[in-house]
Amino acid sequence: MLKSGGHIDRDTEVITVQNVSKSFGDLHVLRGVDLHLFKGENLVVLGRSGTGKSVLIKLISGLLKPDSGTIEVLGKHVDELSEKELQQLRLKIGFSFQNSALYDSMTVRENLEFPLVRNKRHLSRGEINHEVEDVLDAVGLLPTINQMPSELSGGQRKRIGIARTLILRPEIMLYDEPTAGLDPITCIEINGLINEVQEKYKTSSIIITHDLACAKSVGDRIVMLLDGKFEREGEFDQIFDTDDERVKPFYDYNFIT
Amino acid sequence: MIKKIQRILIELANIHRFVMRFYREVFMPPYEFKEIIRQCYEVGWKSLPLISLTGFITGVVFTNQSRPSLAEFGATSWLPALISIAIIRALAPLVTALIASGKVGSQIGAELGSMRVTEQIDAMEVSGTNPFKFLVVSRVLATTITIPILSFYTAGVGLIGAFLSVNQRENTSFTVYFDQVFEAVTYLDIFSLVLKAVVFGFTIGIVGCYQGYHSSKGTEGVGRAANWAVVMSMFLIFIEEILIVQIIQAMRA
Repeated sequence: MLKSGGHIDRDTEVITVQNVSKSFGDLHVLRGVDLHLFKGENLVVLGRSGTGKSVLIKLISGLLKPDSGTIEVLGKHVDELSEKELQQLRLKIGFSFQNSALYDSMTVRENLEFPLVRNKRHLSRGEINHEVEDVLDAVGLLPTINQMPSELSGGQRKRIGIARTLILRPEIMLYDEPTAGLDPITCIEINGLINEVQEKYKTSSIIITHDLACAKSVGDRIVMLLDGKFEREGEFDQIFDTDDERVKPFYDYNFIT
Repeated sequence: MIKKIQRILIELANIHRFVMRFYREVFMPPYEFKEIIRQCYEVGWKSLPLISLTGFITGVVFTNQSRPSLAEFGATSWLPALISIAIIRALAPLVTALIASGKVGSQIGAELGSMRVTEQIDAMEVSGTNPFKFLVVSRVLATTITIPILSFYTAGVGLIGAFLSVNQRENTSFTVYFDQVFEAVTYLDIFSLVLKAVVFGFTIGIVGCYQGYHSSKGTEGVGRAANWAVVMSMFLIFIEEILIVQIIQAMRA
């Protein structure tokens, strides 16, 4: 059974990453990485901090450029697109940042309106209000509509960050450490929200995390990034059915200690 | 040593690219009129109290400092003319720009810097918005438009401050004082004020935005961006002052 409760179309790849490498100076973060995301799938990328998980989704969204290799998103080569074409493609990709990245100087309503008024200029004021209230309702935070980000808790900020990406109705969602720094109850709520989003908005998602509870709860498939490469792939139990000393401590820390 | 020179050259190339990108983006739609007006309010209106006080004190102090020299030649009646030339040609744009680079430049550097390190700029980019146009173009336009207006205001406040001093000591009336003030000022002096203020305003905006937009290394980077925004813009303002004075002198001759 799918964790997300949705349907995976294994004939349609929405993201294809082939032989991608990325270095920062002498630090080789990704070394020839391959990745495929199927339509309707929740793919979890597991790995230690600093192994290049976030770099990978920044490469996919075009925020960074790969040193070598190709990245294809919804049939388009990201590194070959012009600035304008990339901007158009990004409307189909929702990016939920680790620290939510809400605009501090704007209210929750203004945060949500921001991408909408700039990318869907034909919408009337009434339609914009309706869209904002609809996504806020979807993340269960309609009462916070007039609050400033500084007045929200960490979990609420995450939800608003997700709502802001959903307002453009993306086909792909990229979650960067969605449960980092949250208490266990809020983590469970966020995991539930990721699955609800997949079900309601029919998105395909990559979830970057080192939280195994999150990976187990939302991942249809899991890949593990080790030493700059994806070394293990499969469902949760398959990933940890190994004696690999680089993998075992991960599981032991999360579920034994 | 070679690495240091290499770093400086790379930095200069980055600054050049940043300025060229501004010129490219400023004419391309969509235009962020609402944000430009909001930034003009932030830069202009919110700087008024500080600019008023500084302009007024500049007028009073300059008058009091100039009086003894003119008194030696029995030429205190020339005070209004001297003051108007000094304030309009040099002091008003310079004082306004220095105050603005401290207040506005650091604010822009810190604001964009913190937006960079908290990934707010990346968030704009991935949501299909051009952050350069929204954040940089609007702020640079706001400082370029607002600093000339503030400079005229500073000149007015400075001249009023100077009048109070002249009126108290020389018993010069308001009408006589301002007749002498406007008689001494030429169109070239007004042009000089506008030219300097536009260049200074652009410098404050572009330096603040460049430092903030390229900020890194967490909170330390934000502090450094704000600090460098002030230091660099003040330094450049003095260099530009020297160059513009030479150009105006050449035009006067």
